[in-house]
Amino acid sequence: MITVNGEPLDWKPGMTVQDVLDAKRYTFRMIGVWINDKPVPKNEFRTTTVPDGAVVQAIHMVSGG
Amino acid sequence: MEKMKVLAEWTYTPAPIDKGYTRKTLYVHVGEPRMEIKDVSQDMIDTFTGGRGFDLKLLWAAVKDTTKWNDPENEIVLSGGPLCGITQYPGAGKCYAAFISPLSGQTYDSNSGGYWGPLSKFSGFDAVEIQGKAEKDIILFINGDEGKIQILESNLQDLNAYAVTEALHEYFAVDEADKRNISVVSAGKAAETSYYGCMNMSFYDPRRKVARLKQAGRGGGGSIMRDKKIAALVVKFSKMGGNLNNVVDLDTLQKVGVKLHKEIHDLDDVQCKMRKVGTAHLNEIMDEYHLLPTHNYKFGQNPAEISKIHSAVYERLFTQGMPDGCWYGCSMSCAKAVDGFTVQTGPCKGEKVTVDGPEYETVASLGSNIGVYDPLWTIEANFYADHYGLDTISLGTSLAFVCECYELGLINKEQTNGLDLKFGNKDDIMELIHRMAAGTDEFASIVAKGIRYMKKAFAEKYTADAKTMEAIGMEGQGVETSEYVPKESIAQWGGYYLTLKGPQHDEAWLIFMDMVNKQLPTFEDKAEALHYFPNFRTWFSLVGLCKLPWNDVEPANNRIVNEPKEAAKVPEHVQNYVDIFNAVTGKNIRKEDIITMSEKVYNFQRVFQVRMKQGDASHNIPLRALGPVFPDEWDARKDYYDGKLKEIGIDPAALSTEEKIKKLQEYRLGMWEGLKMAVYKRRGWNKKGIPTVETLKRLGIDYPEVVAVVEKYSKPEDMFE
Repeated sequence: MITVNGEPLDWKPGMTVQDVLDAKRYTFRMIGVWINDKPVPKNEFRTTTVPDGAVVQAIHMVSGG
Repeated sequence: MEKMKVLAEWTYTPAPIDKGYTRKTLYVHVGEPRMEIKDVSQDMIDTFTGGRGFDLKLLWAAVKDTTKWNDPENEIVLSGGPLCGITQYPGAGKCYAAFISPLSGQTYDSNSGGYWGPLSKFSGFDAVEIQGKAEKDIILFINGDEGKIQILESNLQDLNAYAVTEALHEYFAVDEADKRNISVVSAGKAAETSYYGCMNMSFYDPRRKVARLKQAGRGGGGSIMRDKKIAALVVKFSKMGGNLNNVVDLDTLQKVGVKLHKEIHDLDDVQCKMRKVGTAHLNEIMDEYHLLPTHNYKFGQNPAEISKIHSAVYERLFTQGMPDGCWYGCSMSCAKAVDGFTVQTGPCKGEKVTVDGPEYETVASLGSNIGVYDPLWTIEANFYADHYGLDTISLGTSLAFVCECYELGLINKEQTNGLDLKFGNKDDIMELIHRMAAGTDEFASIVAKGIRYMKKAFAEKYTADAKTMEAIGMEGQGVETSEYVPKESIAQWGGYYLTLKGPQHDEAWLIFMDMVNKQLPTFEDKAEALHYFPNFRTWFSLVGLCKLPWNDVEPANNRIVNEPKEAAKVPEHVQNYVDIFNAVTGKNIRKEDIITMSEKVYNFQRVFQVRMKQGDASHNIPLRALGPVFPDEWDARKDYYDGKLKEIGIDPAALSTEEKIKKLQEYRLGMWEGLKMAVYKRRGWNKKGIPTVETLKRLGIDYPEVVAVVEKYSKPEDMFE
């Protein structure tokens, strides 16, 4: 199990950042992702795996207007 | 076009611009007629900065506590701000208009691109203030080249915006190249009966060889123009240059500008695609997140139809490869247009025209929200809304309300004078828009006055159920909600309905931050965001900037070098604003000062609202904005809403859908009250939403007349502990 923006999500071995975004249906282009407070560059979303128990923040960057 | 008769004429010496200011404002009374040039004091600059701040300062002095929108003393005040007209940084051509709104009876501020803001400043004025009513249609012409102001008797045959604008660019230009030195502000025929008439502000597009229109659309400024019998405002200034603002530090301005130009060039295609589709890039995104208003905000998506209005469809319809900036130097270039569009209905039927837009808001308001998924129809409705002088947002949200009332049987075909106004019945909806412009159909004239007016009129004339209309009429403070479904973001309830002027997205758009990112878990977090972002956004309106280059593009490393909450503010761009403001004005502000500068005007405007509403500038929210009203809304997301009840300890299994709706409404109304108190407290207001005297003192806006308003309407028991 991992948490994504504070909500639980089933974890699978080999799960990548992109898999997490797909599972959450996060399709917005301007998303920043942090795994356990460490930022993940956008060009590494498909190659970076998410460890079990991770705290993932998928931050949609349009804030305030 | 025949030469127009000069009704009044004055000459003046255009004031030189120094550090972004002319330190002069122009006052014209179009009725008497009379002209005055006023000085701008240092206190006015220090307290109100410029733009919307200057507008409100001048408007406060012009009106009485009892002034209504159509009283002669109501004004339209237009101002750019100290950064307005720079060409080095994208999005620096904005003009801000303020007036007492026909929709709300209090101040409204509305902004537009186009060349009016910069050219009026270059002609010598930090603000232009227009009061009075003319006896017949007139044109106010500011000739910055010759230092001449004229009131001309209009001989325009067609008072609709594209016709007025094209004719006046032609009339006042000496040749084709000169057309670019002119900007026209116009409304349209429907603005004569509507309360949500828009102001169209032009710029001439030399490649297309047409005058383009941007809109200060919201709040009814166009209605006031026509009430004053102003057919158009025109400014002309021909000596365009790269440093007309006479800035202090041109080198820094250029360096910061080049950095952002490069960012836009390198990143826009993989970020928001503003250069290709403008804000219409949001269409499918909003649908995916249940935020796209569908059938009067009943639903937030329509998976079966969204492909028809996908941004890729609009990308094909918009002409590509054209520099679509609405002011010199704006490489964001998001003022997209459809060229060679053949009009299918109405007085322009068969003509080939260039249509400005549609932007996202119009795709939703004159599209999904009224059940229409036909981009060509939306483009035509967009064209006519601008042409007739109607705000596309208020128009679409009003039409959505009408369609739902019609489908609920609250109004019938006899009352609509034969129109079958079901959602998606686009032929009859288009006919209703045409009838608004004709001004002879009683039902159309009621619809043209907005939802608050309709609720009363439908109840009184057609015995429609007032309670149902109260629940589904998406207005706040009399102003129609713009095009995002706010139901599932508590913070956005505030972003829309705890605003100065009504539910417009230019104060705070917090839905992702709150609903998706979960960055605002407590009332205090939400209140802090509803303090910071409205004030940050206000600053753009003080200095003359467009909001879009702030966060519709971000530096490549924004999400790497900043922690999540900070990254959302785009700190590098905030620093850009500090740097360019200092470079233009020679001041030495820090990023924290942006908020304080805005707070002065934000709180001044709040007191202004309290003044105009005789103490009761209350914030209302419709039930539809808080959650489902009818069972089909609940059932469309049954698992989600059942889950929401479980989260608050209510078992949905034993309840009917109607009972579930009632339980959730009761809970959310309590949340709304909690949010309101937290926000009022954070903003330094009392429990009635009135700024305290201490707040006025802290901000240095404790002018006697402002304090008097606060003291008149504040009671000791309304103070927070």
